[in-house]
Amino acid sequence: MKNKSLVSISDYSRDEILHILELAAHFEANPNQPVMRDKVVASLFFEPSTRTRLSFETAINRLGARVIGFSDSASSSTSKGETVKDTIKMVSNYADLIVMRHPLEGSARYASEQADVPVINAGDGANQHPTQTLLDLYSIQKTQGTLENLTVFMVGDLKYGRTVHSLLMALSHFNPRFHFVAPAELAIPKEYKIFLEKKNIAFVEQTEMNNLDKADILYMTRVQKERFSDPMEYERVKNAYVLKNAMLANTKENLRVLHPLPRVNEIHTDVDASPKAYYFKQAENGVYTRMAIIAAIMGLK
Amino acid sequence: MTQHKQLQVSAIENGTVIDHIPAESLFVVINILGLDTIPNQITFGANLDSRKLGKKAIIKVSDKFFEDSEINKISLVAPHAKLNIIRDYEVVEKRDVEIPDEIIGIVKCFNPKCITNNEFIKTRFRVEDKNDLMLKCHYCEKITSRSELKMV
Repeated sequence: MKNKSLVSISDYSRDEILHILELAAHFEANPNQPVMRDKVVASLFFEPSTRTRLSFETAINRLGARVIGFSDSASSSTSKGETVKDTIKMVSNYADLIVMRHPLEGSARYASEQADVPVINAGDGANQHPTQTLLDLYSIQKTQGTLENLTVFMVGDLKYGRTVHSLLMALSHFNPRFHFVAPAELAIPKEYKIFLEKKNIAFVEQTEMNNLDKADILYMTRVQKERFSDPMEYERVKNAYVLKNAMLANTKENLRVLHPLPRVNEIHTDVDASPKAYYFKQAENGVYTRMAIIAAIMGLK
Repeated sequence: MTQHKQLQVSAIENGTVIDHIPAESLFVVINILGLDTIPNQITFGANLDSRKLGKKAIIKVSDKFFEDSEINKISLVAPHAKLNIIRDYEVVEKRDVEIPDEIIGIVKCFNPKCITNNEFIKTRFRVEDKNDLMLKCHYCEKITSRSELKMV
């Protein structure tokens, strides 16, 4: 993985994923390991994403490296019309590693081809966000003790949710069983069903949030109004995919509720106090996972 | 009843005849192969009668012999095209076109939010399905299908 860009979760094999998770646990046990004291990391956020940026920059700082960059394109030369190519060519002269967030899909792959240093994709439009996927996997492994043979419920916007797509692809290495819970308009796209069928992975599609007693992981996502072509349809379904504490009553002891955050109303605040709520801890895991990814790419661990 | 046969486009001495091009794809094929910029003698016929295609087009290029990698580019718009290699007025070889595994710089990605539609970048696709034609963009990873196919 040394010097290899991380653009898409499919860039990593099963063994590489497991190696990152092992490293993440190592950084969680001791977060202050300034092994990158002589390095400079560029953090290029062509669109704002405070949560992801702070998580990355915390990881970089805990590794002892310096950060250069910008937090939205208004304060970069993009506002003067500079292309991604030119920005990347220039920055790769300065930094040892580039972390990049960009609204256009495929921009990260393109940047990785133009840069002389490795690129970590921190989200390219609706396409990929592989570090989110790895921190989801880390959270799942940590709470379940394994990634193998789990029953995973994915709820909400399964059509456009990139975190859902990347996570199901990554979990496909570990013999999962999926329940896809979504309104018809936001159902899981055909290409992912074909992908799962090819890999012989069992899945169930359901429009109602029931059978939760089977779940090991409940992965919630936001159902956004602007995704619906018919606003009436949104009004009709919006409350069908809200998780309330009472619904967790007969669920498994080991069940954990995950959410990539930010949440709006899809998890009622009465769930927050439940020992099964894991979404805030999940965000914290992001720092250790990103430390692991950076250290692995820089060849330091 | 005997059929009256007649050449609708005159014969060439040496070169390549590309037959069974769908009539509406003629100029796209000319573009893809860059025939508008080469010095060779070229004759073409458009909207000719074809039992297979209804209306077809044919291109005859003198003194030009295509590499597979070159000619396969037209398979997206003329999947049933037939090549006749002509030497001394005789057909010495017949070839079909084949959809390649990778398509570079011919097709536009259908996704308006793809980086290739926003910056000057050569497009690149992996062919996921040759019958149903599904092209996976190397950059945005979205699938462009036949109904969304547009040439660069």
